Formats: sequence, structure tokens, C-alpha cells
Amino acid sequence: MPSLIAKSPLDGKSLTMGGVTLAEAVPGPITSVAPFAGREAELSQALRSLGLSFPAPNTFNESSGDLIVWTGRDQAFLIGPLLEGLPAATTDQSDGWAALSVSGPDAAAALMRLIPLDLRVAAFPPGRAARAPLNHMAAVIWRDGEGFTLLVFRSMAQTAWHEIETAMKALAARAAVGA
Amino acid sequence: MRIAGKGLIDRGTPVRFRFDGVDYSGFKGDTVASALLANGVRLMGRSFKYHRPRGVLTAGSEEPSALLEVIEDRQQTPNVRATVQEIFEGLEVKSQNRWPSLRHDLLSVNDLAAPFLSAGFYYKTFMWPRAFWEKLYEPVIRRAAGLGSLSGRHDEAAYEKAFAFCDLLVIGAGPTGLMAALTAARAGADVILADEDARMGGALLSDSGMIGGIAAPDWAAQVLAELATLPNVRLMPRTTVTGAYDNGTYGALERVGLHLPSTGDLPRECFWRIVAGRAVLATGALERPIAFENNDRPGVMLASAIRTYLNRYGVVPGKRITIFANNDHARQTARDLMAAGVKVAVIIDSRPDAALVEDCPVYAGAVVTGTRGRMALTGITVSHKGGNLHIDTDCLGLSGGWNPTLHLTCHMNGRPVWDATLAAFLPAPGAVPGLIPAGAASGVFSTQACLASGAEAAQAALQAMGHATADAALPQAEDAPYAIQPLWAVPGKGRAWLDYANDVTVKDVKLAAQENFASVEHMKRYTTQGMAPDQGKNSNVAALAVLADATGRGIPETGTTTFRPPFSPVSIAAMGAGGKAEGFAPQRFLTSHGASVERGAPMIEAGLWYRPSYFPRPGETTWRQACDREVAMVRGTVGVADVSTLGKIDIQGADAARFLDFVYTNTFSTLPVGRVRYGLMLREDGHVMDDGTTARLGENHFLMTTTTAAAGQVMRHLDFVQQAFCADWDLRTISVTENWAQFAVAGPKARALVNSVLDQPADFPFMACGAVSIHGTPARLFRISFSGEEGYEIAVPARYGEALFRDLLARAETMGGGAYGMEALNVLRIEKGFITHAEIHGRVTAFDIGLEKMISPKKDCIGKAAATRPGMLGPDRQQLVGLKAVGDAALTAGAHLFTPGAAVNRANSQGYVTSVGWSPTLGASLGLAFLQNGRARRGEMVRLVDHLRKIDLLCEVADPVFHDKEGAKLRA
Repeated sequence: MPSLIAKSPLDGKSLTMGGVTLAEAVPGPITSVAPFAGREAELSQALRSLGLSFPAPNTFNESSGDLIVWTGRDQAFLIGPLLEGLPAATTDQSDGWAALSVSGPDAAAALMRLIPLDLRVAAFPPGRAARAPLNHMAAVIWRDGEGFTLLVFRSMAQTAWHEIETAMKALAARAAVGA
Repeated sequence: MRIAGKGLIDRGTPVRFRFDGVDYSGFKGDTVASALLANGVRLMGRSFKYHRPRGVLTAGSEEPSALLEVIEDRQQTPNVRATVQEIFEGLEVKSQNRWPSLRHDLLSVNDLAAPFLSAGFYYKTFMWPRAFWEKLYEPVIRRAAGLGSLSGRHDEAAYEKAFAFCDLLVIGAGPTGLMAALTAARAGADVILADEDARMGGALLSDSGMIGGIAAPDWAAQVLAELATLPNVRLMPRTTVTGAYDNGTYGALERVGLHLPSTGDLPRECFWRIVAGRAVLATGALERPIAFENNDRPGVMLASAIRTYLNRYGVVPGKRITIFANNDHARQTARDLMAAGVKVAVIIDSRPDAALVEDCPVYAGAVVTGTRGRMALTGITVSHKGGNLHIDTDCLGLSGGWNPTLHLTCHMNGRPVWDATLAAFLPAPGAVPGLIPAGAASGVFSTQACLASGAEAAQAALQAMGHATADAALPQAEDAPYAIQPLWAVPGKGRAWLDYANDVTVKDVKLAAQENFASVEHMKRYTTQGMAPDQGKNSNVAALAVLADATGRGIPETGTTTFRPPFSPVSIAAMGAGGKAEGFAPQRFLTSHGASVERGAPMIEAGLWYRPSYFPRPGETTWRQACDREVAMVRGTVGVADVSTLGKIDIQGADAARFLDFVYTNTFSTLPVGRVRYGLMLREDGHVMDDGTTARLGENHFLMTTTTAAAGQVMRHLDFVQQAFCADWDLRTISVTENWAQFAVAGPKARALVNSVLDQPADFPFMACGAVSIHGTPARLFRISFSGEEGYEIAVPARYGEALFRDLLARAETMGGGAYGMEALNVLRIEKGFITHAEIHGRVTAFDIGLEKMISPKKDCIGKAAATRPGMLGPDRQQLVGLKAVGDAALTAGAHLFTPGAAVNRANSQGYVTSVGWSPTLGASLGLAFLQNGRARRGEMVRLVDHLRKIDLLCEVADPVFHDKEGAKLRA
């Protein structure tokens, strides 16, 4: 039986320009987790077995490659593990998002052309996450080491790529003339 | 001409540029204005209305006269201030508002007609014939007046937008700003120092004095060097803070690439939004001219501008210079000139008690009453107590005092306060929350006082933010008092310019007062004073002083007009950076996009999505041929369409069913697991919001489908209803639209096609749903139809979308079927009488579309009460009907319906057509329409009139369901 061929939103593209590297990321299965009413403690208990905790607004936490990021009111994305029977409403979001990794010394400067947040490390340190507009798109962003991981709607992946690339080009051109 | 050894320009780097077709040479660090003056060019422009020859008045961004066009390959940028544009190798600039040339401008005839062209002239003269205004007068006037011109082409250049954050934003990098930035930076605060100039230092760059024992420009360089090494400081030169907004947000325009030859990716400009904890306004002050007859000749400029050209650029704009002032400050210009060996013929000081001791003659209590020299100043007439005398001079420096640059403090409706001692307006305290005016911007004019004021402002800002402070040692600097006696306009008969940019004279302002445009806002609009690109920076205070005098009121009672953002012009391209063409909104692509494009399908926009319009086959020359074939294909065999754009909302929780009962008009709590039901949703005002199907995947688990258009609106609505009305329910909603690629398979052979891809054949009854698998991939199958044929929708995780689409198409084609696009989809649903947002456009009720019985009497729902209000039901409503054309005639959407015989006018409109299509199935043009009392009028003929397309025909009112009224095919 032939299987259906899977395609990622951006075919695994990557691009380095100036002090920024933009690449499609493969973060693993994404499950939305929203605790059922009154079962928050139970959910936290279940997450603890993975070394995770339900994230406070604008934060994420991770443990041995698994990650959970706040995405909205009583809602988080669990990225990596697939857990059955959580006391929460769960949906598969793995295919709904294009994941982008933006790294390098000018990563924050590039993204701050599109995202109206202070993404410099002092204001957006490890552990910080946000739902924020990436120009006109809804995005999830968290600090990933020296850089950032972003999730945007899969259908908008090309636009997101184009806009970040444009910001990178401008930064590289500025660097070339010392502006 | 240049003075050897003076100035901050890079004499080692000559730069060639072109002005009005002539090559000139300057140095790196020059502006167009300084380089032209160095080359002896004094005529740089023509005035707005009278086409008077003009030179440069200032040395800063407030320049009203020397406005130029910058010419590039694909760009033509008008109204560029010669005092702001830096020269670079190959720069080409052109004077504007003249024809055929700057020296010989035919429209300078306007100047001779000046007696007729005073304020209000147009309003009084061009009254009739009425039609002439639009057709003749206005075009002629617009052609005669005006400034630069555009290239007429799209602006394809790169622009940028960006955000920045800091503790302290320091606006202006003169003595005040440098000291404020240094104080805050040394205390460890996150500082942005923004300055509109290419080189930071502000007035210090024009200053011949000493600070802390070193030359002022050197002190500035030293401070900047220290700031540049600090990681907590960002220096933003060429960046004008243009507006103050709420919550410490400031708009700023950075000239990124305008001082360089254009290179592809380098943005021309960047529009910044800077969010600051506090800000220090260290914008300095602007010198103002004095009005007297013919005070606008090339060669007449501000005394401070002469000083800047001398000390910063090493340029003197004349050989025999005169100064006319009402204050002490202008003396320094004369002293600097004489120290550089330049002849100063005389200082004319309007104050009778002015000091007379200078190294040149000083006339106290004297005024300049006139000038000579049409293309360039040759002499002035001076009146003093001994009588009138003529003085030869080629450059006259004016100083009527200083206006603090307080514009930003007025951006949130703050009104400046008059200070009689300084003869100037000062910022109102607390005018913009968090913005602290300091230095000259706050009316403190000596360098020493500015340094102290900057340090103090920074300390205050740090304390207000709870940030640590550090003591800053103040260096010693010039601390002369500022002595002034107001002089706004020298009395006289001729024209004395107030607003150089818009050609407004003292007479015009007096005329406004005489004709009772006595309020400052009325005077502004009547005379156009302050409405040019400089926004009255050079003229506002003098104009209102003249108005105050003419109306017998004081200046404080007269008040000022309102300063609004932007402080200086901002190009729309910078504010809209990235938003051109496709950049206007995100593009949403289906997983099947590539496969559709490969098949030649034209993609059309549906909201942000791109969807295939139709799939042309060889031999088909029009979209209609493809569409007709695709409709027949679905009705006859099988068709496949990507319907992933429909919104999908996952709803879970013990109260999920109860919630659906509340948001839908009909009942979902009774829906069995594994079944799908059509639902209708109302807004709170009782009108239809959206419709769609919802599947019950589990006892407490539903999947709602919305229309493509309303996916976001419905998601927001559900969130609102949950938070506002049922916050304590056990309920979770989330969009899963993007996770699934979903394909409609419709037609008599749909079941065979679906089963051919499923691992286990499914035998689903109509409106059933369930989990299936395709080549081992878990999928969802729904038996629903939007075409009227037996229909299925198959959903797979989006990564498999393209593969499944290609597989389904290949299989369909072997069965005589294929892909169908939006056009066919639309015809299919019109034949079946299914609605879209063309029908549920926001003004229709459930009653209007014949679905009022779907509002369950057994329960409440959102919109139910409002839907029963008087006027929402009954024969007066326009109700959904089908329309069928007679013969080959084509109905048109948007046409209005009339009773045959009735006059065709607005009042007689009986309704309108919402959707139309040619039905190959019925061989007629069909439509859906809203018609007054329409359901009772089936079989009647109505008159369809489309004024836009010039169509007028009779058509038959019908049941909206034309195809398979009993639904036998759906249930096959």
C-alpha cells in the first residue's frame, strides 16, 4: 500500500544573511492542551511526569526536548510528546502551523521590524513566549536559546518567510553601509 | 565661498553633484544648501504663489524656501529641503515650481499681479459661472501654484518599519540632549538618542565657544564617542521624532539611504515606533525672521543660519554681510564672521538701548525697511533716527528672537504658554505625560543652562522610573543672558513676508483681521499661513503677533494654532513600508495550490485565500466553457474541490452541546455521535451571522464548520459568548482550520471514488461522519453536500493535503470526473438554492432566507429575542427567492427588481439580486434574490434593472431550489 507523501509548509528551507539565520523548524507533534473546568491540578500533575508545568501567560518551559508554551486563555501547546487521556481538551495542531527558527546576533533586530515587542534578551529572556502579530499575521513566539522559534498559520508560511527575509535584507544592507 | 580651515566637512573627500543640469562640487558632510552656497549659488527656488526668486533662509529642517526635487532613475522626490539633503557622488537635484527655468520663470508674472492676489482672492474672484470652478479655475490655479512633482510611477524602492524600546528617549542631540543622554547612560539606563541631523551635536556644531575647555564640536564628539561605547545606548542619527502618542510611544522617521546612491535592498527611510519609559525633549529652538518690505530676496537668511554655514560648513554666503536683530544673540554671528575675516558692514539693532561696542558699526534703534536685488540681494534700506540710508550688502542675517521647538508637547492637545520676557511660547507643563522639555526647547538659552537642564531632566526621568541615578559633573560653558525686545514686523507699505513657504505677508494677515477672520485658526485658513511643508515653523508666532496687533488683543489671548504630527514631512511610503501590492495582507495558500496552478487554474482571492477559479481543458477558450463542463461533470460523474478554507472549530467539554444549543438557532444536544447537522447562527441583533455544519465526534466533542468568509468572526463570536455569558461552563474551543486539508468529492460516482482511496470502504448514510484511514493515514470523512449531489468531504492532516488531492484527481479522471473550481461550485449551489455570504450579508434574518423554523421554540439562543422584534418578520420583508431568466437572457447580480409597469426609481425597488450563474443543468440563467414578500410571488414575472450594466429584462420568480427539490440525490 503506497502511503501519502507528507510535505512540510516550507520544504525545509533555510537562509542566512548578515547576522540572521532563518530556517524552517521541525518542532515535533503539536497538541493544544486546555484543561477541562476544575481539572487544572490534575493536568499539572500529568505534565509533571514529563518535567513540565502548565505555563503561565507569556511563558514556556521545557524538559529533555519536550516543550509547553502558553498560547492563550487556559490554553497551551504541548510540543514533542503525545499523551493520551489528559484531563484536558486536546487537538492535533501539528499540521496547522509552520515553524520558523530565527537565530543569530541580529535575530531580535530582524523580528522587531515585524513584531511590536521588545525582543531583546533583557526584556524577552529565556522562558518568555508571546502571542503577537508578525506584521499582519497571528504568531506564537518564544525564545529559543540565542534565537527564537515562531509558529505562524501554515497557509501563511510563504508570507511570513517573505516578510522576515525582507527585514533580513534591509538589515544586511544597513550593515553594509554602516547604518 | 569657502573659508580655509573652517568647518566640520571632510575636505579630503570631494563630492560631485548636479543642480538644474549643472555640475557642482562640494565635500562629504555638505548639504545641498551649503554646497550650493559654497559655489556661489544663491537662487535655489521659486515661491509658491508669486513665483518670487528665493534662496535659502535657514540651515535646518524648517527650511521654507529652498525646496528641491531629487531625481533618480525610477524616483522623483519633491519638496526635499536643500538644508537637509546631504550631497553624495552622483546626486541630481532640480529646482521646482518654475518654467521654463529657475532664472526665467514665466509665472513670475504673478508677482506683478500681486495687488490682486491677496488672501481670499480665489474665494472672491472665481465665484461664477459656477461650473467654471471645477473645469477651468481650479485646474489653472493648481497648475500655477504648487510645489514639486512626482515621477508618476509606482514607488518600487525599499522602505522599512521597525519598533524600538528604551527607558529614556532623548529627542535631539545638542548640548541639552547630549548631557541628558550621558547622564542617563552613565546611570545604566537603556537610552535612545535620536537626532534629525546626519551629524549629532545640534547647535554645538555651529558654535565657536568652548565647553569644559575644549571647542564645542569637540566636546560633542567626545560625549558621542563615550555614548557609542556603551551597550545601553543606541544613537539614531538622521532620525526625526515626528509625533508623540499615547503611553510613551513616539513616531520617528529615519533617513536610512537618502544620503547615498540607491542600492537595491537598503531602505530609503525607516518609520520607527519607539516606546519609551520617559522622554526628554531636547529639540532646541528655531530662530525667527523679521517681517519688512521685500525681506524674501535670495541672500536674506537667518543670522543663526549664517553662523551654521560658517562654523559647520566653512561657507560664507556673502562678501559684505549685514545683520538685523532685536536681541543680543545675533551678535555672535557677526563676531564669528569677523573672526573669520569676513566683512560685516553693519549690525542694525532695533533696540534703542542696544550695546554699540562691536568691531563693526552698530545702529541702535534702527530697522531695515527694504531690500534690492531681484535674483540676489544687492542692498538694503535702513531707517534710524538720523533718517534713511542705503547700504550695499549681498547677505542680510535676520534674528527676530527664538521659538522653542515645542511642537511635540502639543501633539496631545497641550497648549503652549506665552512668556513675555522671552517673547516666546514655552511648553505647557505636563503637556505630554512622561515627556520632559529641557534646554532651549523649554526656554533656557545659554549653553551652560542647557547642559544643566539636560542633566536635570535626565535625573528627573530616572527618578520617576525608579531607576538609579548618578551625579553628572557639568562642564563650564557660555552662560550669556538672552536679552530681547519684540519686533515682529517693520511698518511699511510694501509686502513684508511672514510665511515664506506659502507667500503670506503682513498685509494678508491684516486683511484677514479686517474681514473678521480674527480667530487665529480662521486667519490661518483664510491666508494659508502655516499650511506649507514647513507647517509655519518660521512664521506662526510672528503671524499671530501681527494678528494680535491688528485685532487689538494680546498674544496670549490670540493663542496659537495647533501643532499636529508629524513634526516634519513623513513619506507615506515609509509609514506603509512592506504594504505595497501583495504586501497589503498575508497570502493564504492551500496545500493543493501548486497542483491547481499546474493544471492551469487561474487563482482568485477569497478573503486572504487563493482558490482555483476553474480548471481549463484543451480546446476551452472561455471560463464559461470550463465552468459548464465542471458543473455537468459533478452532476454526471464526480468532481473534486479543495474546501480547506472553510473554518473548523473544535469544541470540547461537558457543556459543549449546551453551548452549541445556545449559539445555534437549532438544537445540537440531540445530535447522535457520528452525525452532522446543518446549523444557523444569529448575531445578538437577530440577523444571520453564519451557517455551516457541525459534526459530533464524541459525547463531549464537536467539530463546527464555518463559511470561509466568517471563520474569524465566528471564532471571535464563540470566544465572546463563552467569556461574556458562560464563563463557568466546562467548554474549550480552538480553531483547527489550518491543521486539516479537506476535499469535497461530489457526484453520482462520489462514493466509488471515496472508497477507492479508503483503506476500508465506508458506507455512510447522508449526514454521517467518522474516522477512516487512507493509505494508513488517519483521516476524517463527512457525508455532506454543498452541490446537491451525493457528496463527501475527506479531511487529512495538512502535510498530506497535496498528495491526497493529486491522488483523488488522478482517480477521478479515470472515472470521467476531475477537479472543479469556485465558478462551478457557485453554479452548483445556486442550482440547489444553497446560500453563501452573498445572501447572508449581514442585513438578512432567518425569516428572510426561509429558515425561521430553524429557530427552536424549545430553547433560547443568541439573537432569538431580537429576531422576533416587529419588522423582522412578515410580508414587508424582502425574502429569498429564485429567479429564472427567459430564454438565453443573463441575470446580473446587484440588479434591482421592480413590478412590471411601475416606475423604475429607488422608492419602487422591490428587491435585489445577490447571486447569478448560467445553469447548464437547466439551460437557463438562474439567480438568487431578495424580493419583497417574495415567497408569495412565485410564478410572477418581475422586471430586473441593472443600471450599471444597462440591463433591463423580465424574469420569473421561483423557488430558490431548482435542482432535486426533494433531495433524493443527496440521500442516494
